[in-house]
Amino acid sequence: MSNLYDVIIIGGGPAGLSAAYSAYQNGAQKILVIERDRELGGILQQCIHNGFGLHHFKEELTGPGYAHRCIELIKDKPEIETLIDTMVLDILEDKTVIVVSPERGLLELKGKTVILAMGCRERTRGAIRIPGERPAGVFTAGAAQRMVNMEGYLPGKKIVILGSGDIGLIMARRMSLEGCQVKAVLEICPFSNGLTRNIVQCLEDYEIPLYLSHTIVKIHGQERVTGVTVAKVDAKMQVIPGTEFEIECDTVLLSVGLIPENELSKNLSLAMHPLTSGPIVNQKRETSSSGVYAAGNVVHVHDLVDFVSEEAEIAGKFAALEAQGLKENDKRQVKVIPQDGIRTCVPQQLSLGGAAESFKLFMRVGSPETKVKLEITSGEHLLLSKMMAVAKPSEMIAVELSSEKASMIDNDVIVSLKREV
Amino acid sequence: MGYLRESDVVVIGGGIIGTAILRELSKYDLKSVLVEKEPDLATGTTKANSAILHAGFDAPAGSLKAITNVRGNALYHILENQLDLDIKWTGSLVVATDEEELATLTELLERGQKNGVKDLAILSPEEVLKKEPNLTQKVTGALWAPSAGICWPFQAAVAFAQCAVQNGAEVLTNCRVEKITVSDGRVQEVVTNQGVIKTKYIINAAGVYADEIAKLAGDSSFTINPRKGEYILFDKTATATMVEGVVFPTPSKKGKGVLVCTTTHGNTFIGPSAEDIEEKDDAGVTVNGMEKIITLARKLVPSIPLGAAITEFSGLRAVSDTGDFIIREAQVKGLIHAAGMQSPGLTAAPAVAEEVVEIIRNSDLRTVLKANFKSVLPRKIIFERLSRQKQAELIAQDKKYGRVICRCETVTEAEIVNAIQESCGARTVDGVKRRTRAGMGRCQGGFCGPRVTQILARELDIPITEVLKERKDSHLFYEKFSGKEGEL
Repeated sequence: MSNLYDVIIIGGGPAGLSAAYSAYQNGAQKILVIERDRELGGILQQCIHNGFGLHHFKEELTGPGYAHRCIELIKDKPEIETLIDTMVLDILEDKTVIVVSPERGLLELKGKTVILAMGCRERTRGAIRIPGERPAGVFTAGAAQRMVNMEGYLPGKKIVILGSGDIGLIMARRMSLEGCQVKAVLEICPFSNGLTRNIVQCLEDYEIPLYLSHTIVKIHGQERVTGVTVAKVDAKMQVIPGTEFEIECDTVLLSVGLIPENELSKNLSLAMHPLTSGPIVNQKRETSSSGVYAAGNVVHVHDLVDFVSEEAEIAGKFAALEAQGLKENDKRQVKVIPQDGIRTCVPQQLSLGGAAESFKLFMRVGSPETKVKLEITSGEHLLLSKMMAVAKPSEMIAVELSSEKASMIDNDVIVSLKREV
Repeated sequence: MGYLRESDVVVIGGGIIGTAILRELSKYDLKSVLVEKEPDLATGTTKANSAILHAGFDAPAGSLKAITNVRGNALYHILENQLDLDIKWTGSLVVATDEEELATLTELLERGQKNGVKDLAILSPEEVLKKEPNLTQKVTGALWAPSAGICWPFQAAVAFAQCAVQNGAEVLTNCRVEKITVSDGRVQEVVTNQGVIKTKYIINAAGVYADEIAKLAGDSSFTINPRKGEYILFDKTATATMVEGVVFPTPSKKGKGVLVCTTTHGNTFIGPSAEDIEEKDDAGVTVNGMEKIITLARKLVPSIPLGAAITEFSGLRAVSDTGDFIIREAQVKGLIHAAGMQSPGLTAAPAVAEEVVEIIRNSDLRTVLKANFKSVLPRKIIFERLSRQKQAELIAQDKKYGRVICRCETVTEAEIVNAIQESCGARTVDGVKRRTRAGMGRCQGGFCGPRVTQILARELDIPITEVLKERKDSHLFYEKFSGKEGEL
């Protein structure tokens, strides 16, 4: 077995698998997917609820169902190898990838191109500084989800969930279905950070109270959690004295945000974006390091796995072309600059040169907006203007710019959200 | 009724002081037993403190604190290699930010010299900023103490215990002292939840509970008042914007103040606060405590990267009402106190152990030095620190070295199994964490926690539902509901 690959993909979740299939479709002859878990599929394998795939596969699938579709697409292809139970220890500047596994030991692999598809991890109690004791019974929602859905154990029986991100909402329903008592979902913001459909289907349908502008001010319990003190917060997220109340529980699940998993990217000294916490990429999902691409939640946290796959297909395509010597020479780079209510936009850069191809921009707003106008301009050119009834931080805004519009780009692209006057 | 054990010496408390004493005792031909109420060693003050091996300029000359600090610091230079301890001799800075504080530094320098601390020096602002460029520009000077260092206190305590055990001493965990039998003015028995230990001597190294243990033997000669210290720990990625060594503010009457400090694992922390509290088991972190240390730490390093915080914790310091360490035999014969071990207790521990054993040597107990004391512990394998070639060789010997369980800290399954199987091995998830670093990184066990739980269950041959986080009854997972009505 030769250790030189056209494309080495770090991560065997939806991003990695979709990138592999796309690289194969675009002519790469030797593709490797490296996964640290005992099976492919990534976090989807523990997401046993449905609601995946409506965009990408045009039907509603469960998480394992979506993963299965992705795995089916790449299996039995001699061009695509997979390594499971394998951890990447390091990626060197020359795209040597050092991995370790129980069965194969330590391997040095080399990629003509590398695609980063490591996904994201959960923010923890420590990162948000919740006061109180440190008993057993405080879990991130995803860790609890794995324990319930894959290992077959409950993290507790009387549950309080902090954070109304999608995983928290899904877990509120999941724990209810397991017979647990979900006493409350607490959200420090005045709005939920989850998808609307999850608020309805996971909380309202189960009569689980959602407390907006509330947070935990103390966790109680010496050995195991015995309860939490909850309080209301003001517009600046400061606790309002006198609003405290107690909830008895044995478990606190945290759904307080996701962080792109970029420890390996840091070894590569990639240019990173401070708000997305992921590498800065152009519309081909190329990073600042030659031949290194990135896609999925490692770039920015997505709301839907379908968009992860879409982004990964872009990375897979251009990595495959570069590996075959078909990379277009980029003449110059322009920036994509989010303004006025748009918090982040991916890609953050565009490379100009060659034939202009259509591409998509994925945006998130900083706070909920209603009746706003999305405008995208480049120099003198208005590329897009679109009215939006609502825009929520929890839902990505995706817009496509046609090849015709793309050909008009001659300057930095400004993406802004303007309130109706 | 038979005795659980018949011993010469019972050490009560498995923290850094108790384990250091047990090791010192194991040099002699004595039957020594250490009892610890928790499932693991070093789960009290030892697990949550600043981890500094102080140079020894803080305590007044002639005090037990001063004497044992300087001696203890010297002993760690020897123990480091014998016990395979992670110690970085970083030196420490006490930073002044005005003229008044600068004058205090001179006092500290003189006190340190009286205490026998070597190579102390006052540095200019330029020299200070060269060492620690992220410090406040207001710095007016600093006291440099090159003999100071940082260690991993939990590791040191476990290593002390392991060394004692390899020399014939015994450690009983989950063993809570309930009574001490005294007759004829002399201790006779230690009554525990596991049974009665007959003994000639008892060493009280019970940390914040030392006064309560003393009272069990009818001794009310001192009290211990817990003082809470809260800390915030930062990701390794934040280290570049903070400090490389140990940085204290100029001390005030209230103590050494809030420091900014690196750890043996390459993280950085700020803290501790110093709040006198009532409850001896209240180790919770508070909003006020955290705000206080953030404000004070910013006076030293203006750009504290709060976004990179990975955990907060607090520890209780055992402050005695005598103002100094209490190392003496009690009125009750056979009871020896090693109490009031607030800072610099960690640094002083091996020297405190010498002092305690000296009391025993001068007692009626026959003490004979062993000819074959084994002072060296086997080296631990830390996969991440090995060369690629060594790593490959290890995996060839044991596949479990090829499976990374904790990805933040690159800890393999084999290292976790070793930590459970070794002497005084891990019995809890936190015990694995403190021995191997698994779960100590930026994801705080989000990924590896369930896997570590499974490995513990497998290696200890217990159900998942019996695996503990740390303390007795700190269960992590439950069986799913059976579906029977009326449950819950």
